[in-house]
Amino acid sequence: MNLTRVLLPTLAALALVSPAHADWRQFRGPDGNGYVAGNDSLPTQLGEETIAWKTELPGRGLGSPIIVGDRVVVTAASGPEQKQLHVLCFDAKNGSPLWQRNFWATGRTMCHNKTCVAAPTPASDGERIYALWSSNDLICLDLDGNLIWTRGLTLDYPNASNSLGMASSPIVIGDTLVAQIENDSESFAAGFDLRTGANKWKIDRPKAANWTSPVPMKSGEQLVVALQSSKGVLGVLPATGSEIFRYDKGAATIPSSAADGDTLYIPSNGLTAITPSDSGDDPKELWNESAQRPGTASPLIIGDRVYILNNAGVLNAADRKSGERLWRIRLKGPFSGSPVASDNNHLYIFNEAGIGQCVDLSGEEGTIVSEIELGETILGTASISGNAVYVRSDGHLWKFASAQ
Amino acid sequence: MNLRLFPLSFLVLAVTALPGLAAIPDDFEKAITTIQSVGPEGAGNAEAASAWKTLSESEADAVLPLLRAMEKSSPLARNWLRSAIEVIVERELTNGAELPFTELGEFLLDVRQSPQGRRLAFDMIERIDPETAAKLVPGFLEDPSTDLRRDAVQRLMDEGKALAEADDKAAAVLVYRQALNAARDVDQVQEIAKQLTGKLEQEIDLPRHFGFLMHWQVIGPFDNTGREGFDAVFPPENEVKLDATYQGKEDKEVAWQPLVSTDEYGKIDLNQPFGPLKEVTGYAYTEFASAQAQPAELRLSCKNAWKIWLNGELLFGRDEYHRGQRIDQYKLPVQLKEGRNTILVKLCQNEQTQDWTVEWEFKLRVCDATGTAILAVDRPETPKPEAPSRRDRRPAGDQ
Repeated sequence: MNLTRVLLPTLAALALVSPAHADWRQFRGPDGNGYVAGNDSLPTQLGEETIAWKTELPGRGLGSPIIVGDRVVVTAASGPEQKQLHVLCFDAKNGSPLWQRNFWATGRTMCHNKTCVAAPTPASDGERIYALWSSNDLICLDLDGNLIWTRGLTLDYPNASNSLGMASSPIVIGDTLVAQIENDSESFAAGFDLRTGANKWKIDRPKAANWTSPVPMKSGEQLVVALQSSKGVLGVLPATGSEIFRYDKGAATIPSSAADGDTLYIPSNGLTAITPSDSGDDPKELWNESAQRPGTASPLIIGDRVYILNNAGVLNAADRKSGERLWRIRLKGPFSGSPVASDNNHLYIFNEAGIGQCVDLSGEEGTIVSEIELGETILGTASISGNAVYVRSDGHLWKFASAQ
Repeated sequence: MNLRLFPLSFLVLAVTALPGLAAIPDDFEKAITTIQSVGPEGAGNAEAASAWKTLSESEADAVLPLLRAMEKSSPLARNWLRSAIEVIVERELTNGAELPFTELGEFLLDVRQSPQGRRLAFDMIERIDPETAAKLVPGFLEDPSTDLRRDAVQRLMDEGKALAEADDKAAAVLVYRQALNAARDVDQVQEIAKQLTGKLEQEIDLPRHFGFLMHWQVIGPFDNTGREGFDAVFPPENEVKLDATYQGKEDKEVAWQPLVSTDEYGKIDLNQPFGPLKEVTGYAYTEFASAQAQPAELRLSCKNAWKIWLNGELLFGRDEYHRGQRIDQYKLPVQLKEGRNTILVKLCQNEQTQDWTVEWEFKLRVCDATGTAILAVDRPETPKPEAPSRRDRRPAGDQ
């Protein structure tokens, strides 16, 4: 018996669905639900005194920074029509630049003024960085900036683009990079070999614009990737793209789902919680709350609660098992990014005006405990690692940490 | 003579002439070939990664051969080469080494080389010697690299703005006119046009500048219920007979009719002859008399689903609706034949009813790869909008 073949998928499952590491390697954290374990000393007072460092970026972007070990990686795009693509790596300790790689976009860079070409958040498996832009350029570098592979997905699939801009973020799940390249025309999702960038699988997807990102979850003991679209959610095996479950009651095309283990919280008819069935039948619907309608922000899961931020800027806390609302407070919106949190009973969210808000979740109701005005438009989601919060604008990248 | 250039070039020549110091590895050419072999769907990536390592570990004298390799490389391969060059440059400059400044300059000025590579060379020169780089910029005004030309145009735009602000209107007009003649990037043309036609009170022929096709024959509506018209083949796809009539949507008879645009950006608006219809398909046909057989680009702007044929050959089609449009949104490389070329555009309108889904239109121009207009030998005068009638000119309060 080849023990490696048996053990590796299991270890990968343990590593990628349970938040055992402190890195923030993809959009909305290790499990794609906004939460990462292990940070109980995050700064609750967002202010000048908790800005550990701030550094300039060479171009626009709204994809989140990712943190791999002591490196912070972020993408950007600059120049006329945003055709210059950048991957930037900084030292997490002091924000000093470690390396920068630049590429020319090979696909279309047209997008709505509110978004930009560097909208997707890059992903990492801890060894390599996988960066995707709205132009469908997909580039892999190692942690030292050595180029490993490149794909020009619009060169390969010429009608795969969205004139409003693409924004879905790829994720690493198991030993596969999964990306949703979904649009009105040549719409698909694919799994890519981490070492070569070759297609492991590619499946047609609904021909409709879609900005949601794949979400890792489990079905029994299997790792599954949930692919959301206007039609609903398709659960597939990350290594093969084989269908595991299908939820077909429709779903949003901007806020993504969030998972915890084998439960998936879908922005569908408000918010709907499902779990795949063991028998291969349709997934079981656990509850639906039509009033819990996520706006642009995706749901956040912490412990026994799910937090939903609607388009009016109202943050709702709900019981994860029933969907019942526990409390709600109005934050200062509007928001394009999603809330994130770790283990200090606070969540962090930045609005479009660049106002960062820290909300205490420990009481009977949420309380905004601090705010900071960064003075720049922020359309992305913050990241958490090493007891620090990172956020980026078109011009800067900030690290917030408690004073030592 | 530029004193900054002399010692640098002398140093480079001296260093590269010394035996035993050549830093180009033996497998350098093979590594370039490996990178140039990357293909679709990730083909050749594994080999390219190894080759990239070899190239990126080279020293400064590898920069020029890598830049020269760009001309014969695909867009994917150019990104591999660029990345290797930038790694070398960063390391060499950090280590205090010199880049081959004069050779970079010669490469920059060689218009046969890759436009992207030349821009990269300019950026390196600018990093080493910003003063010299700034002196080179005016020379790029007619450069085939639009990336280089853009800087020269911008310099003129800045001068024009300063002259206009100083109330030197005559000089401002001339400088802006010169900028307009050279400008190829749409955003720059639009800004120059705004300045010239605004306070400077000039008339400019934007359709001619861009090469927009203004005179068309159009026919419709055919059906597009359920968005099925995009794949359906209606009679104009089989034949273009301008005197023919066909059964259109709901069996209504349809016939070709002329449509002439007076829009400054060449908009062909099918709502104009047919009304603001939904779930319909229309066709537009025109002919382009080319002075010679030549490579060209058809550049399309459109927010409806479309297909386009040149001389009966389908070039491309795209079934996206109402996600936005901008000039030069789609660039389609073609080969024009000498004399008459036929162009057929299929335009599908969908079922959406929001106010931002009313448009059923496109803009099409013929140009070269740099965006310079190619004008038909029989191009008519640019149509002008009809002067508003006396009734239309009345102030609103008079009605």
